[in-house]
Amino acid sequence: MSFSIKKEGEVVVVDVEGQLIVGNRQELKQKVLDELERGEKKFLIDFSQTGYIDSSGLGVLVSLSKKIREQGGELRLANLNDDLKTLFELTKLDTLFQIADTRDRALQSF
Amino acid sequence: MPPAVDDHSSGRVPPHDRVRVVEVDIPSDVNLIERVVELVRRECEEMDFARRQVMLNVPVALTEALSNAILRGNGDDPAKHVHVRALVDPERLIVEVVDEGPGFDLDHAVTDPTAPENIDREDGRGLYLMRKLMDRVERVEVPHGSLVRMTLRRG
Repeated sequence: MSFSIKKEGEVVVVDVEGQLIVGNRQELKQKVLDELERGEKKFLIDFSQTGYIDSSGLGVLVSLSKKIREQGGELRLANLNDDLKTLFELTKLDTLFQIADTRDRALQSF
Repeated sequence: MPPAVDDHSSGRVPPHDRVRVVEVDIPSDVNLIERVVELVRRECEEMDFARRQVMLNVPVALTEALSNAILRGNGDDPAKHVHVRALVDPERLIVEVVDEGPGFDLDHAVTDPTAPENIDREDGRGLYLMRKLMDRVERVEVPHGSLVRMTLRRG
């Protein structure tokens, strides 16, 4: 997995390229926390290039969601394919996150 | 009696005489998980498992099992190994993951991660996902280690 971080307006957009799993999820967590520490408040994670996520990847997303909220920030997820949507539904995490079908919709929702 | 017609051209009927076995032994390194998953996933794809099974059920459940074996079973000790054996035939996938640890009680770990009081926990979803994504998850006693066997019927 690799990921790229860029700013679109006020929103920090993270593109996850590849799977988000036990071997690489800490890196994502750290990079987002670094941005949070720099004072960023709006975050969008785009999964259009992600095949699957394991429980530790989901755990990192839950942890980020909490930390971002604690700092008065907001997190959106976008472009989950059908398999990823199923994963979120199975774990009921679709009720915890704000999930948008497209990047644009996610950006507009802030 | 006329011979049965095997229509392989439909794309959904795999050859009945095919059984594929993937067997690997890896040191305890989570960075090796993806490669092992790809080996098994590819066989399921060749055997015409349903797309959802190839893209979600198999990779996530197997990643969980390997992660457990490496981190919990083997304590993330690279000197300890994980052995994986996957058998794929037209009916099912059976994958066995063996670590060198004392094993853990599969039932003990079950608290419902979808319950409201657990939903924002970072942990606790691994076994739940294995059970949801596979038809059967069993722990088998073996000497000097712990074996988890997962079965998925081809869909």
